[in-house]
Amino acid sequence: MTIAFAPSAVSAQSDTSRSISFAFLAQIILILNSFIMLYPVVVMVFSAFKSTGEIFEHPFAIPDFTQVQNFARVLGETSMPTYFLNSIVVTGASILLILVLGTMAGYAVARYESRTNTFILLFFLAGLMLPLKLAVIPLFILLRDLGLLDSRWSLIVTYTAIGLPSAVFIMAGFLRSLPSELEDAARIDGASEPRIMWSVMLPLARPPMAIAAIQNAVPIWNDFFFPLVFIQTDSAKTLPQGLTSFMGEYTTDWGMLFAGLTIAAAPITLLYIALSRQFIQGMTAGAVK
Amino acid sequence: MPVSPKQARTLKHRSWVAFLVVPPIVFMSLFVVYPILSAFAYAFYEWRGLARGEFVGLANFKEVLFGATMGPVVWNAFLHNVYALIALMIIQNGGGFLLAWLLYKEPFGFRFHRVAVFVPVVLSTIIVGFLWKLFLNPNFGLVNQALYSVGLDALAKPWLGDASTALGALILANAWHFVGFPTLVYLAGMQRIPSEIIEAARLDGTSEWQLLKNVVWPLVAPSTTILFTLLFIGAFNWFEIPYVMVGLDGSPYGTTDVLGLVFYRTAFGNQSASIQNFGQGSALATVLFLFIVVFASMLTLWLRRREIQF
Repeated sequence: MTIAFAPSAVSAQSDTSRSISFAFLAQIILILNSFIMLYPVVVMVFSAFKSTGEIFEHPFAIPDFTQVQNFARVLGETSMPTYFLNSIVVTGASILLILVLGTMAGYAVARYESRTNTFILLFFLAGLMLPLKLAVIPLFILLRDLGLLDSRWSLIVTYTAIGLPSAVFIMAGFLRSLPSELEDAARIDGASEPRIMWSVMLPLARPPMAIAAIQNAVPIWNDFFFPLVFIQTDSAKTLPQGLTSFMGEYTTDWGMLFAGLTIAAAPITLLYIALSRQFIQGMTAGAVK
Repeated sequence: MPVSPKQARTLKHRSWVAFLVVPPIVFMSLFVVYPILSAFAYAFYEWRGLARGEFVGLANFKEVLFGATMGPVVWNAFLHNVYALIALMIIQNGGGFLLAWLLYKEPFGFRFHRVAVFVPVVLSTIIVGFLWKLFLNPNFGLVNQALYSVGLDALAKPWLGDASTALGALILANAWHFVGFPTLVYLAGMQRIPSEIIEAARLDGTSEWQLLKNVVWPLVAPSTTILFTLLFIGAFNWFEIPYVMVGLDGSPYGTTDVLGLVFYRTAFGNQSASIQNFGQGSALATVLFLFIVVFASMLTLWLRRREIQF
């Protein structure tokens, strides 16, 4: 292609060699960048299999992967399993509530004509724009008055409130695109409205539910700010917050520290590697039109 | 009053729709609308611990912005947020743009590089912060160990303990954490450019640099707008990385102090001196909120104007 349009064979050659050297340079930059992105994670995992002395003496060495004492100690001696379980409960319950409430509002707005629809959408749009982090003081007092402070519920309701608006928009956007023939056919057959929603429409709405779930699951699983403010009791702490107590307790035992970090990072990283396309799509959904 | 079948049907229909919309709206009103409205109100009161005292007008705002104790701390922190914003705009978003351009050509190993660049993004900020804190440890950290092993001993230093490098180290850790995000958003933006446009520019003999500057960059303007807005909000809410890596006081000597840390110290107390000032905390949150809303919307409107429709 290039040769056919180039004015002379000489410049065509220099053109090709230039594009080859550019491709070569691009490849080097990409390999270097991927190395910088992955190597710290690799060192973290490697160090988790070493004793503190080995980490200090041979920081770059490949460890003996049968040495799992650090992991055994993290799981047996510390509260990490509790933190882990709390993170699963809090993330799971929040996502469930976000999907249930988000689907309810999204369905009503998308499938039923009403004068209040615009108002409802504007209401949730405002929720999408306002950062709840800055209202953490009133939220703290509200949760205390409701008796939810220092419990996993304080986190579940907060994360649901943050994630709900985007779920409403994702669900409403999708449900609006479904043809009304489906509904009408079921209605003629005498199906009730709840039945139409549950058995006809919702089975089709799994893809947007997956997007809404992933988009919210990663920030909820990783959040640190709200537990820091709301939770004091060790037994109610989630993984990121529990990790700070853990890191404070074992400051000098680097083998333990790296094992703790590896255990905390493992589930989301493995899930990401298995479902990278869905993760990337879900997490950039808000910024990619 | 007897109810006609038609009325009964609409009543039934109405209560069904109400059943769908009322719970989400009540939930949002209670946990989002009410706290945000209260946050503004709280700033006008004096607080004694968790109890609300007298109405004090703008006194909290005055103290936070111009007071003898709070004022200098707040402005010092604000400056660091601005530094972080500018540095991250260049390193994180600019780097993301260049990486996206390299990935756009789908070179050998394209899929691998795309997955790799996003790995740190899915990690918790707490993990990222602790990991880099360990790597930057003056004696045993990976960074200094690497410098020793190649004979660059002179360059090794206590990165987080040195006032001249601490903020830069936090910014680089943040860029490592998030560069994958702008990369993949820009990549999606570039993939939306009609390929005829790029082909045509190539056939005209446009150089790589000209193509990038005059064709690609203007056409991904919508991505730039959204990425800049998100970075702006993120930079002024910056909290986790500094909290984990340098602690609540922005050590050494407040050289890494940012508004997020100041807010947390003011509202929820310093670990050493357990003081809580909800009034000043709310005032700071309100000022920050208004600053973010006003500037983010102005910037968005300004950046939108340079977007090209295609």
